[in-house]
Formats: sequence, C-alpha cells, structure tokens
Amino acid sequence: MLAVVIVITVLFGAGALAAVYRIIKGPSLLDRVIASDVLVATVMCALGAEMALNHHADNLPVLLALAMFAVLGSISVARFMAKQDDA
Amino acid sequence: MIGAALVSSAAAAATAATSTAPEITPRIPEFSGDPIRDTFTVLLVMVGAVMCFAAGVGLLRFPDVLSRLHAATKPQVLGLLAITADVAVSTPTVGNITLAIAIILFQSLTAPISAHMVARAAYRTHHVRHDLLIRDDLLNREDLQQP
Repeated sequence: MLAVVIVITVLFGAGALAAVYRIIKGPSLLDRVIASDVLVATVMCALGAEMALNHHADNLPVLLALAMFAVLGSISVARFMAKQDDA
Repeated sequence: MIGAALVSSAAAAATAATSTAPEITPRIPEFSGDPIRDTFTVLLVMVGAVMCFAAGVGLLRFPDVLSRLHAATKPQVLGLLAITADVAVSTPTVGNITLAIAIILFQSLTAPISAHMVARAAYRTHHVRHDLLIRDDLLNREDLQQP
C-alpha cells in the first residue's frame, strides 16, 4: 500500500506542478485558464483518491460543488476576453 | 537541595510532557481485505493519477491552445470518472453511489461547455496555429480571420 501511495503522490504532484508552471509561464491568457482548469481537476482527483484509499466518503460533497461550479471561471474569462488582449 | 528539587521537578515535567504528547506516526492507508475490491481500488486510483500526470505533460509539451485543451480534458472527464467510481467501489453505500453519479453527470455536462468557450475565444483572438491544422471549417468566415 505504501508503494501505491508514493506512486500516486508523485504522479498527482507532477501533474499539479506542470499546471502551475503553465499558469506562471503560459504565453496567452487562455493557456492560463486551461492550466487552472487542469489544476482544479487534479485537486478533485487527489481528494477522491484519498477518500478511496482511506475508505471514507467525507469529501464527496466538495467534489460535487467543484464539478458544478468550477467551470464558471473559465467560461466568463473566455467570454469576456478582450479581442486585442495578448497577455 | 533546592537545585535537586528543581531538577527532579523538571524531570517530572519532562516525563509528563512526553507522556501526554501525542505520538506522531504517519498513518498509511490499509487494504480492506477483500482482494477484488482492493484490486479495483488500486487500479482505478492509478488510472486517475496517470490521467492527471498525462494532462500535466500535455500542458508542458503541446504547442498551442487547442492541443493543450485536448490534453486538459483527460483528467476532467476520464480521471474524475475513474476516481468517483473508485470511491463508489471502496465504500459502496446508496448515498455514495448517488453522489458519484451526480458528480460524473455534472462534470460531463459542464466540461464541454468550458472547452467550447475556450476554443471559441482562442480562434477569435487568433491564438490558433494554422500551420498545424489539417482542415479549417471556419476559413470562409472572413470576419473571423486575421486581418
């Protein structure tokens, strides 16, 4: 079990670090939006993995709220992005 | 005499402190004992973790917004599907399975909306690399092309 925990921690951590790098570096605003969506998805997957390995279900309402409302940010940024915005 | 008393009280305080301090040991998750359920749990957790890692690698390596968007949707739908199914397998009660179905339903409803809006904004703000496209159905829309 310890090996499984170490492997999934490394995989989730590497995915989250790559998303943070793209948020910092990302050439356009849309790259940053996509990377923050990936970061939210990684956090959701990590919460679910912790629940599954520890045999409890306390975080499922958190996952439900994130699944319903995490898209509002990216939708509003993409909708109201200025046309000449290169940042 | 007083010094000895101080030392002894200090020693007593030290032993009291060590006896009341909680032992900090990292708690490693345990297998439930059912081999089929444990196999499914580990398998689905690994699928979700590999999806998140693949999305990170795709964000680092892919060249433009549309291909990064393609990489980003893997953990949003497939990884979350695996992980919520994993929770439902790991603690199978009616409430957990209902919540897991609701989570998958809402995520698969909302993820395409945001992907569509981001891709639309990327095309309209000319963040698309046209040399990587095989076919562009919007080429006849002059109002969307680069001036």
